Amino acid sequence: MHIQDKTLTPPNVDTESVNGRSDQRAVQGGWLKQGVWAIAAVTMVLLVALPWIAPYFYIFIATEVLILGLLAASFNLVFGYTGMLSFGHAAFYGIGSYAVAMLLQSFQWPLLACLLVAVVVATILALIIGFFCVRLNEVYFAMLTLAFGMMVFSIAHQWRSVTNGSDGIAGFTVGSFGLGINLQLGNPSVYYHVVLVIVVAASALLYLICRSSFGLILRAIRQNPERVAFCGINVRAYRLAAFTVAGAFAGLAGGLMAPFLRIASPELLHWSMSAEPVLMTILGGSGYFLGPFVGAGMFVLLETWITSMTQAWMLVLGIILAFMVMFFRRGLLGTILDWILERK
Amino acid sequence: MMAGTETDIILQAKNVGKRFGGVAAVADVDLDVYRHETLAIIGPNGAGKTTFYNLLSGRMQPTSGTILFEGQDITGMPPHRISRLGISRSFQINNIFEEMTVRENVEVAVTALRGDGRRWANLASRNVAVQDEADELLSRLSLSALSDQRAGVISYGDKRLVEIAVVLATRPRLVLLDEPTAGMTPDETQRVVQLIKSLGNSGDYTFVITEHDMNVVFGLADRILVMHRGQRLVLGTPEEVRAHPEVRRAYLGTADEEMAP
Repeated sequence: MHIQDKTLTPPNVDTESVNGRSDQRAVQGGWLKQGVWAIAAVTMVLLVALPWIAPYFYIFIATEVLILGLLAASFNLVFGYTGMLSFGHAAFYGIGSYAVAMLLQSFQWPLLACLLVAVVVATILALIIGFFCVRLNEVYFAMLTLAFGMMVFSIAHQWRSVTNGSDGIAGFTVGSFGLGINLQLGNPSVYYHVVLVIVVAASALLYLICRSSFGLILRAIRQNPERVAFCGINVRAYRLAAFTVAGAFAGLAGGLMAPFLRIASPELLHWSMSAEPVLMTILGGSGYFLGPFVGAGMFVLLETWITSMTQAWMLVLGIILAFMVMFFRRGLLGTILDWILERK
Repeated sequence: MMAGTETDIILQAKNVGKRFGGVAAVADVDLDVYRHETLAIIGPNGAGKTTFYNLLSGRMQPTSGTILFEGQDITGMPPHRISRLGISRSFQINNIFEEMTVRENVEVAVTALRGDGRRWANLASRNVAVQDEADELLSRLSLSALSDQRAGVISYGDKRLVEIAVVLATRPRLVLLDEPTAGMTPDETQRVVQLIKSLGNSGDYTFVITEHDMNVVFGLADRILVMHRGQRLVLGTPEEVRAHPEVRRAYLGTADEEMAP
């Protein structure tokens, strides 16, 4: 089968200008921006108020969506912005989970300290795996990330004396939060709010990175790596930096997931877990920063609703995905925003 | 225009060759480029001009010979290091960032030059000075009106000008332009010729250009290198090249009238 280069290149990332220079496009951008900010503000209010306005069950759903949204957004730094399709992103997510679970089990450290270690460990792992992977392009890059992901899974699965094998690390409780802040982290609604604050702060930082000079070069690399090299940029170093930064945020997401699930198990590192941020990003749209969050929401809600009705969740998901890829390649958010922009 | 002397050589190619299997695309080419001159490389298709460019800019590694830029050996260096030393090139086929705005295209090169993308302090910020520098360059090239346009939707000729803007944004001392007027309308061609002339007169740049349009070549070049089958056939002033019997026979044929500037 002939594989086109295009197959691994995501659709373009939004290129709204960073300042409001006044021409037709900028005016449209400003109008759109205000709308997006308004919707974002309303969404934030609803998210903060969620434990009081939604059924108890949805606190768990929302926690999961936020954490997986951060995971998918970190993946999209590599995929949507830099143009590299990684199938090993769960390695960093999983190692973040294990780090937090082990520290809680053995030392009962405060949550913030555990999360910090999770980020550091995931960063180091991403640096090592990325060092080898960024040497390859397109499908070879994807295959190598998959191979490394499977290696990390095997280690977690087999090294019983450290990782407790397939049983995973369980039986820990989150004690204190850190910084002398007194929170009942065992309460799902309190933990939800902690996750909300951390995910929003991390996403804001990730957004700034995407809009920065660094992010500009990443977008340029996705479109035309050769031209970037001839501008004097070491493309491989930038790819590695993007891969590592994405790994760090994935580690944070994993670290938040362990206390929520009350277990860190090898499934979090499995290659099928690596597929989840890929699917979420495609569902929501890789072209906009918030696309992966929308995709995570779609994924978790669909999974919840469909599994309550039928066993065939994967079949339904497959049909939806095929439909999206064939007719709405820009994802749900991308399609809506493109439609609004074109209609104006 | 030709300010350089033999002692002020910006680029020196010594016996540079590139073989693909048994075929020599470029064979033992010697070339000294003088600082601040405009040197044109001409030759029929397949003469090795683009391969020679690829060797000079690091896109390909020579199989023999050495290349010195300002006395430093750059043979086989990767493109990004050659670019940072002060050599910037354009491509025969438009090679820009089509999904970005025109301004962002230039910003990429300015950012590369300033190293902003590499500093940790700039990991999460965008430098306004970079935008200003991009705007300044775009206005010098009369492209300001297109700044906020997506580069993929502007005209073919404008895309080529944007690529020249990207090339200049890295503040090179040596500029390699590969067929800068290819596919342009006569008006656009004239615009590029005037641009290269005025940039050459500014004394900041040394130009090496390949070109099929003989009017452009004889209108711009201080010296002309004629390549034929990968080899250096003749190197001299436009008058010398025009008068050279071998050039007439091998390359220009009998079409003398086409050469008249």
